[in-house]
Amino acid sequence: MNVAPRLVDLAGDAASPSLLTLDRVSISYPTRDGILTAVEDVSLALSAGERLVLLGPSGCGKSTLLRAVGGFLKPSTGEIRMNEQPIGAPGPDRMTVFQEFDQLLPWRTVLGNVRYALERGRSLSRREAEAVARGWLERVGLKNFVDAFPHTLSGGMKQRVAIARAFALEPALLLMDEPFAALDALTRRQMQDELLKLCEETGSTALFVTHGIDEAIRVGTSILALTPHPGRLAATFDVPPGSRTRGTTAFAELEQKIQQAVFADPELDHG
Amino acid sequence: MADITAPKLSEAPALRRVFEQTPWRRLVILAAFALAWELYARWLDNALLLPTLGATLSALWSAILSGELPNRTLTSLRVLVTGYALGVGVAAVFTALATLSRWGNEALGLLTSMFNPLPAIALLPIALLWFGVGTPSLVFVIVHSVLWPVALACHAGFRAIPPTLLMAGRNLGLSGGRFVAEILVPAAFPQILSGLRIGWAFAWRTLIAAELVFGVSARSGGIGWFIYTSRAQLETASVFAGLLTVILIGLLVESVVFRSLTRITVQRWGQERT
Repeated sequence: MNVAPRLVDLAGDAASPSLLTLDRVSISYPTRDGILTAVEDVSLALSAGERLVLLGPSGCGKSTLLRAVGGFLKPSTGEIRMNEQPIGAPGPDRMTVFQEFDQLLPWRTVLGNVRYALERGRSLSRREAEAVARGWLERVGLKNFVDAFPHTLSGGMKQRVAIARAFALEPALLLMDEPFAALDALTRRQMQDELLKLCEETGSTALFVTHGIDEAIRVGTSILALTPHPGRLAATFDVPPGSRTRGTTAFAELEQKIQQAVFADPELDHG
Repeated sequence: MADITAPKLSEAPALRRVFEQTPWRRLVILAAFALAWELYARWLDNALLLPTLGATLSALWSAILSGELPNRTLTSLRVLVTGYALGVGVAAVFTALATLSRWGNEALGLLTSMFNPLPAIALLPIALLWFGVGTPSLVFVIVHSVLWPVALACHAGFRAIPPTLLMAGRNLGLSGGRFVAEILVPAAFPQILSGLRIGWAFAWRTLIAAELVFGVSARSGGIGWFIYTSRAQLETASVFAGLLTVILIGLLVESVVFRSLTRITVQRWGQERT
């Protein structure tokens, strides 16, 4: 089992054409006190079917990087490509699940939210969209809540709706911005397991941002650790399928390894 | 994946449901107020200063029967609705400009802070100069009274939309008019609605005040004119009947139009507590 840190330079790997390529991406933006560099010189490549986790403490620019892949902000230097084409404005080919619960449209029901996204994002007719939406809501266990308005749901249920909406659009790339960070520990564990199952069933490609080492090991196929101020790549780890089960020695060993490599000070780990 | 089951709800006792649903507290307050009025007016015994509630109601009734008050009210409402619609329309354009560009944003901020505190009635002399005595002058001051508070509320509403919600909308590839109509406007609706409410109240009071100040010609005057002429003829009960009409229409619009609009939108969406 090779979990030794290695520098990432996967861009242009001819053997497996990458779905997503980040080519020396730096992102900085002006603040009141001067220009802040959030991400510096990050290159990475992601092949179809992979689930890459960006792991790091708060302030390491991992969410900024995810926003840039989503098209919500432009890199200052470097290029982001999908299927070798530079990415453009945000679109349903890159669906983001955000951490915040207010990502759902409060004026639409649970079903309405997913159906509307399908009508606009995949240009389905209302009837088709409704059928697909119902299917996905059933898959995330919300069959009994299709007619509820988002404000009546718990945080975990809202995230389920957001996840159903993202999967329903069948994006080429799923972007997850700490989707479980605001949930209680029990719900978070359950959601991680369910998300992993959905990803494996659909063979989705995903970029997942988290500050929890256990979450990273649970949902990812590989993990990129970032250091903060500015965000830079520190190390990468592969997650063999055998290490993905909580409570196993392999899981604990990998967790320990990442902990030592990334968080020199164990106090920094919030996972 | 296991289905999450809906929580079981049990019904509250029937009597409690009735008490929670009916606006009985309001009715009690209203009745107490009416009683106090009647008693005080009888004790004062001066119909010129303060007619009794009974006298006011009978004046109201005869003014309705004679057809004068309904006509006046209709005239007022026609002007009001014209001015209100125009004001809201201009406010929508201003807000759009302010949301789309920084210059527009600055301009709206400056204009609202300049004109919002300016009482609409203070513009009446200028309106008379520009548009002469008649409906256009009234519409002008109403537009002024509606435009700024509504534009201010809409703009504040757009700015208060959570960034995540905006990103979720853009994530679907929405842009332009569709983004505005399907994401921005509903997301800002709580503030837009309260802006419309405030605008309505401003428009109504501006209209009555303007009608009182210059009566237009007697034939086309509204409720304000009705109040004014009644006072001139020392028919105090009719003055009160006119005021009562103003209050009743205000109450009706507030409790029927705006309240139901609130109930089927922002309360249902959880953006305002019930």
